[in-house]
Amino acid sequence: MGGNIAIIGYGLSAIGPGIGIGLIFAAYINGVARQPEARGMLQSIAILGFALAEALAIFGLVLAFVFKKGV
Amino acid sequence: MSYTVLAALSGLSASSDGGDGFEAPTPEEFYQPFFGSGDFSVTRPMFLFAISAVIVGAFLIFSTRKAAVVPGKAQWVTEQGYNFIRNGIAQDIIGSKEFLKYVPLLFTLFCTILVNNLFGVIPPFQYPTMGRVGFPIALALLVYVIYQVIAFRRKGVLGYLKDLVPAGLPGWIKPMILFLEIITYFITRPVTLALRLFGNMFAGHMLLLLFILGGEYMMFHASGFHMKIFGGASYLLAAVMTVFEILIEFLQAYIFTMLAATYIADSLSEHH
Repeated sequence: MGGNIAIIGYGLSAIGPGIGIGLIFAAYINGVARQPEARGMLQSIAILGFALAEALAIFGLVLAFVFKKGV
Repeated sequence: MSYTVLAALSGLSASSDGGDGFEAPTPEEFYQPFFGSGDFSVTRPMFLFAISAVIVGAFLIFSTRKAAVVPGKAQWVTEQGYNFIRNGIAQDIIGSKEFLKYVPLLFTLFCTILVNNLFGVIPPFQYPTMGRVGFPIALALLVYVIYQVIAFRRKGVLGYLKDLVPAGLPGWIKPMILFLEIITYFITRPVTLALRLFGNMFAGHMLLLLFILGGEYMMFHASGFHMKIFGGASYLLAAVMTVFEILIEFLQAYIFTMLAATYIADSLSEHH
């Protein structure tokens, strides 16, 4: 077995944001389907939520590279 | 640089190490000094950032110099972008009373980040400036200082702290919330603002590098005909990923600008 445990850490840290972003966009699609005219308002909120959730995965990615000890 | 030139120029091409296997790209790929050494070397991203400033400035001046009532193509593009930032971001988020003051900042941020991101896929640049963590940190610091100064000027120190805790909470939970909010406002926000942009650009470019270099290796250095097919598939995926990258680059520029506006709006508003 080769490889690096830091990458596993990144994989784990991507689970939560993945689910979260899925939920956010599911809600956004629902909202637009019910009220197409509310699209503009919902869009910025959805993207904001997406950005906040995504930050966690990005942390994981950065830390994976930070704690990677010599390959 | 085209794909194969990129592969040939990078030290990763397997021909240089005697064909004894593929070496995956590492973060060191992003450090490309031109001249100088150590901490004071002039690197490729610095150069690109300067070019981007020239490009943005030149384009904006060129497109608005002979501003007409019926816009030409360049003026139309500028107007669309400006309208999008002014109405879609600044006015919506900051509110119609005070937003005009911050439109120049937001527009500049958006243009700079967008051009620098697009450098990641436009030949001959093909290097996302924001893939070096220093650049997003600088931009995030700018936004950070601006929104904190606005808040302290507007509310004073005590008012600022009072604004962090929402009204109507039981007394015993207030210190905890205050602590969390202070962490959020002073540490998490600037860090995530910088790292989001950096991480997206860095990871995206890394992905492209991997597909392109892997494709190059399988096409030209690996043995066996089936590897040629895999290499072709890898190139194809690199092309698909490039399109996806362009989408991400636009999205990240938008997100950065929008979050900057959100933080400024937070500083301006009286209640949390």
